Amino acid sequence: MAGLTLQLLGLQLFTGVALGALYVLLAIGLSLIFGMLTVVNFAHGAFYMLGAYVGLWLLMHGVNFWTALILVPLAVGALGLLVERTLIRPLYGRGLDYPLLLTFGLSYVIVELVRVAFGNTGYPVDTPDALQGAVDIGVGYFPLYRLFVIAASVVVLVGLWLFLERTSFGLIVRAGARDPQIVRILGVNVARVWLIVFGIGTGLAGLAGLLAAPLQGVIPEMGGPILAEAFVVTVVGGMGSLLGAVVAGLLVGVVVSMTSLFAPEMSRVAIFALMAIVLLLRPQGFFGRAGLMS
Amino acid sequence: MLLGSATSVALDVSERLRGWLPFAQRRRAWLAALFLILFPLVAPFKALATMILIYGLYALGFNILFGYLGLLSFGHSALFGTGAYFCGIAIAHFGLPWWAALSLGVLGGVLAAAAIGVLAIRTLGIYFAMVTLALSQCLYYLFYQATDWTGGENGLTGVNVKTINLFGFGLDFVNPLVHYYVIAAFVIVALFALSRILASPFGAVIEGVRESEARARASGIDVVRVRFVTFVVSGAFCGLAGALLALHLSIVPIETMHYDTSGLAVMMCLLGGMGTFFGPFVGAAIFLLLENLVSLYTVHWQLIVGAAFIACVLFFPRGVWGTILQRSRT
Repeated sequence: MAGLTLQLLGLQLFTGVALGALYVLLAIGLSLIFGMLTVVNFAHGAFYMLGAYVGLWLLMHGVNFWTALILVPLAVGALGLLVERTLIRPLYGRGLDYPLLLTFGLSYVIVELVRVAFGNTGYPVDTPDALQGAVDIGVGYFPLYRLFVIAASVVVLVGLWLFLERTSFGLIVRAGARDPQIVRILGVNVARVWLIVFGIGTGLAGLAGLLAAPLQGVIPEMGGPILAEAFVVTVVGGMGSLLGAVVAGLLVGVVVSMTSLFAPEMSRVAIFALMAIVLLLRPQGFFGRAGLMS
Repeated sequence: MLLGSATSVALDVSERLRGWLPFAQRRRAWLAALFLILFPLVAPFKALATMILIYGLYALGFNILFGYLGLLSFGHSALFGTGAYFCGIAIAHFGLPWWAALSLGVLGGVLAAAAIGVLAIRTLGIYFAMVTLALSQCLYYLFYQATDWTGGENGLTGVNVKTINLFGFGLDFVNPLVHYYVIAAFVIVALFALSRILASPFGAVIEGVRESEARARASGIDVVRVRFVTFVVSGAFCGLAGALLALHLSIVPIETMHYDTSGLAVMMCLLGGMGTFFGPFVGAAIFLLLENLVSLYTVHWQLIVGAAFIACVLFFPRGVWGTILQRSRT
């Protein structure tokens, strides 16, 4: 063990980062949607699952993985637009719980529709040919696909960051997250911004689902546990904070992979212990603003 | 014309209801008890009637927190499930008598509520639903992995109670009708307890905190403590419901702790009418009847139930019973 430890630690750290990258994509979407719309999207796990299934369907119909990588977020995001426009919009101004309850009901419907279309049993998803095998990353051989997941997430995050920081639309999003009322008074069509933000958030969830598919296969229930884990990430990072989502997502990923190395039976419980500690010491999370939650 | 006469009939009914309502309000626990005693005479299956009782009690416990205090928890399966497992373990592993097992079940609900409450009460509003969900998921994994005690994935078997000994009388718990009435007796006691709590000054404080936290605080109420105590009270009711489920099924399935079971309480409560006394039972009855009815035709009953729930959120946020109450008041 002694000789292996450092190498093993290094590899496990990378595995954790790859897992964390998926958490980051999910939590960023949740956080964006909450920051703008003050909606906790309980259907986020369902959109994640849907992304994996849409990807599976595309791959079965001969679409290659790279095209699916573009099409899946667009398709899931489009569904997100539809959901916001038709189901969530009537509920604004009726209290924070109603949109939450609605998305919860929606997750039921989405999961069941997928069961109708694909059956109850899961499917394995092949790793794309170009990404099979492992590469030497200095501390040992690491699966190429996991490396790709990290890289893809970085690209998406940089793109999102540029979009939010460098475009005028991104400026409106950031301003709207801070004070939607002022933004509306300044003559911005906030409803349209909210619509697009919901689409982006759900699209990111769909992309995370597709990226996760070759790692763990697809099954209609895959969105449930990951929703709880994404909530842990958002609570730890601070709701509405994008930086918090990134830091906490990676941290949670690393915590999961490290505990599964040292105490495998505790790996599922460890992140909740982490959340409990954060709640006790800093209830608003790493980067959350105090008062946002009340 | 037809519409006009229908409206006048409706008005007529509501006219009569207005005199009836305050009475029903005062005697709500008695009315509920009477209904539960007569219920098996009309219900098609005793097992279904018993399930409505148990899940109605579970939704009732959830309603204390969601309907009366205004806190939306997505972790009530942990309270329900811990109650069920405590009761089940007491019988299956220690061979304790039924009354001790039921008391332990209530204790289990209280302990789980206290543990989750201490952490979750620190965060409010929108965080509360997320934190309770995450913590209940944590308890789910813990119970899932404690295979020696809980049977893990297969559930806890051997929770067998054949006779209920009551002051020397042995009641045949295998007989479905006796089975129903034993469980109904506990639910009726719980209903009286809840009615009493809601009518007490503390009950007024709970609703006061829901209506305006700032005003409650200004009146010198320790809002955080009220929330915690209410959560624990809710845990006692849900723990009892879980313990009764363990007795009813003779097994504790791991799904009792599952996130879906938390969602069940939310759905039943909202379908029936949150913040109303009878709403949770109405909701539980609608949900379980709908599930039974729809699953005769399709395995995808969740689709129908989910769609009904969405429609309820969009168009009838007061739920079935809440809408009836509101119509009869105006």
